[in-house]
Amino acid sequence: MRIVRPPTPNRFAYLDSHEVRAQLVDYSDASLTRVTFLLPAIHCIACVWLLENLFRLKAGIGESQVNFARKEVAIAFDPDRVKLSEIAVLLTSLGYEPKLNLADLDAQPGNPATRRLWLQLGVAGFAFGNAMFFSLTTYFGLDAFIGPQLRVFIGWLNLLLAIPVVGFSAADYYRSAWTSLRRRLLNIDVPISGGIAAIFAQSVWEVASGRGEGYFDSLCGLVFFLLCGKLFQQKTFERLAFDRDYKSFFPLSVTRKCGMSEEPIALAQLATGDHLIIRNGELIPADAKLISGPALIDYSFVTGESEPVEKRAGDYLYAGGRQMGGAIELETLKLVSQSYLTSLWNQEAFRKDRAASLNALTNDYSQRFTKIIILIALGAAIYWSPISPSKALHAFIAVLIVACPCALALAAPFALGTAQRVLGTQQVFLKNPYVLESLAQIDAIVFDKTGTLTAAGAGAVGWQGLPLSETEERWLYSMTRHSTHPLAVRIGEAIARHHFPDPVRSFLETTGCGIEGNVAGQEIWLGSATWLESRGVACCSRTQQTPSSGSPKLEIPNPINHVGAHVHVAVNGHYRGCYVLASALRTNSAALIRHLSVRYELALLSGDNEKERERFRNLFGSGAHLQFNQSPLDKLGFIKSLQRQGKRVMMVGDGLNDAGALKQADVGVAVVEHVSAFSPASDIIASAAMMPRLAEVLRYAKQSVTTVRAAFLISTIYNLVGVSIAASGNLSPIVCAILMPLSSVSVVAFASGVTAWLGRGLQIDELKVARQKTSGPQLSTLKPQRTGGAA
Amino acid sequence: MSVIFLLIPLSILFAIAFLFAFVWSVRSGQYEDTTTPSMRVLLDEKTVRQPDSTPKIVSKPK
Repeated sequence: MRIVRPPTPNRFAYLDSHEVRAQLVDYSDASLTRVTFLLPAIHCIACVWLLENLFRLKAGIGESQVNFARKEVAIAFDPDRVKLSEIAVLLTSLGYEPKLNLADLDAQPGNPATRRLWLQLGVAGFAFGNAMFFSLTTYFGLDAFIGPQLRVFIGWLNLLLAIPVVGFSAADYYRSAWTSLRRRLLNIDVPISGGIAAIFAQSVWEVASGRGEGYFDSLCGLVFFLLCGKLFQQKTFERLAFDRDYKSFFPLSVTRKCGMSEEPIALAQLATGDHLIIRNGELIPADAKLISGPALIDYSFVTGESEPVEKRAGDYLYAGGRQMGGAIELETLKLVSQSYLTSLWNQEAFRKDRAASLNALTNDYSQRFTKIIILIALGAAIYWSPISPSKALHAFIAVLIVACPCALALAAPFALGTAQRVLGTQQVFLKNPYVLESLAQIDAIVFDKTGTLTAAGAGAVGWQGLPLSETEERWLYSMTRHSTHPLAVRIGEAIARHHFPDPVRSFLETTGCGIEGNVAGQEIWLGSATWLESRGVACCSRTQQTPSSGSPKLEIPNPINHVGAHVHVAVNGHYRGCYVLASALRTNSAALIRHLSVRYELALLSGDNEKERERFRNLFGSGAHLQFNQSPLDKLGFIKSLQRQGKRVMMVGDGLNDAGALKQADVGVAVVEHVSAFSPASDIIASAAMMPRLAEVLRYAKQSVTTVRAAFLISTIYNLVGVSIAASGNLSPIVCAILMPLSSVSVVAFASGVTAWLGRGLQIDELKVARQKTSGPQLSTLKPQRTGGAA
Repeated sequence: MSVIFLLIPLSILFAIAFLFAFVWSVRSGQYEDTTTPSMRVLLDEKTVRQPDSTPKIVSKPK
């Protein structure tokens, strides 16, 4: 449930402070300021219309432009006539509240890289098309009609066309090759750059000396295809960020209390000792001491504890918890960046640069490939040198030209890029296609419990004790309706069936204890065992307990000891039994674990306490590591220790408390309920609905890597054919012009075709799952969806 | 047939004009948002711009 407050004028006042403003706006001068707001509420064409007509609503606002896919609006305004905070208030009053996070204050680099790639591709495509056309005249022997000048003319023309391609379009390959050589590595860009240089040098020499028209058409084509591959692999999922840290989770401002008044201040300006007001649903921004008000803190995202925790005045509160209930007052004890949770980001794992290991598959192969090609080129040169030195040089260069591994370089981007798109349609989003390589090598999987295997707040509610009568259940239902405590709400929802509430008199809720009231003359108490015992009710009577027929089934052998939260019930001072609120396993979790345990080493980490150890021991089997009470740092350490044993680890988690482990793991998978919700930095963002099919995703990753290897084989065969022609000294521009595009196109077609075909399996299975879902009974959840969360 | 020496440079000039059109389209950000423009054409009225004094969005990379 989300409570929308009408915007108060000073709610966004902090936006006008100089520091915040300077960091938030994209562009600013005396008469114009431009700002981009993220508006999650944008959802239809009417939103676009309204937001692009903002200038009609307020003088001083100029043009505004919506980016629908990113749910952003860019607004230009006159800073003298309208303030930033006024725009935020206007947007909020229209129902588009800007989402402002601490991360917005960091400089956003934007994406000029794609723009440059498009330009490079355009230039290369332009040159390729024209050069190929002109070369056709000579391939078809038109120069016999017109005379040899045509050949010369076209040679020079193609040279002019190729200069921007070699100088601008291919520039990034030289840079990458140079960096790789300096690290004493041979990545795929080294033979590519070598090939481009060889083709260009040979062609320039041919044209300048009047011997022929060179290979400029093949050269432009090669660069064009390579850039197509590069663009294909650069697919990014808009609105998904894979590098988010706590800053994207924390708000931009908090309410500070000064004296008797309250003012919103930017989080960056928060000092220790400040008194803050945190309202229902708001986040605690820094480690703090609770001053007043009963606090009920939901830490599920931070520590992994599944149930909200009650806190009393004087208690220490960790940053990142969410207050549920009334407003509370806090005194901050630490700065935002030095709090318990946020200090996780000072760990070494967050400084690790993993870009070097990208595309390892292609680069491993190209190491060997490059060495072999140089050997063959030298061999050909040595073979021909006694016969004719010029032919030796020609053969040497011809081998380098033909071996330019265009097809090789295209295999991985197209196969893995296609797989990335297929998985994207199934709500599994990869940070980049090369994550699949790491995914295929995984041999250990570590799960976080809360939010991953279990869904918080969606568990079954069971009754423990002698069965309740219809009337009794109605009394309890009437009671729970009066409380907003999460446990009461869940019990209420579970027993709501066809009950009409009775009136409750003298209702009283004692925070941290329970609720009491009088229904139909019966004194009803619902609450914790200690509270009831303090009132003289003997709890947890271990008499013969049978589950009530009316309540949902529980499969746990001895719930009192092992499962979730308990709410005890006494009627007129007599103990009746208790409600057990289990944290529910996601559908099919058990099947998934059984399936995975065959091939992978499994482990479970939980920030929660040990009460469910037995249950997960049964689920995971005796071989798996089960660790409870894990702090975020412990989780990171556990992953490290597995890696030290030589394991390649995949971490599956959801909360900020898993952020360290997700980062440290070879593959980090963040599980989210809604794809647009916050997720910590990770390699993969997967919708919770896809969790049961994790095994299939892993299998698909392996299959696509095999496809890449097969494509390598095909391109090697092409290279062998080409090289054998080249080494015999018979390479002509027309052979090159046929072989090069043919090999590239066929490898691309094979790589994308096969991965797309293999991906069909994933989609078909989904239909099956959907059909099973509709036909089969849904036992596991009473409450279908977890609301709130990071929203 | 020697007219081909005139036709080829002419065709190149045409092609260069298209290349510049492409460069302009990339620079003006048309390849960055491919969703919203497709919705904008469905709006009945054109967004009427105010007189020249109002600020405009300057198209430049962030």
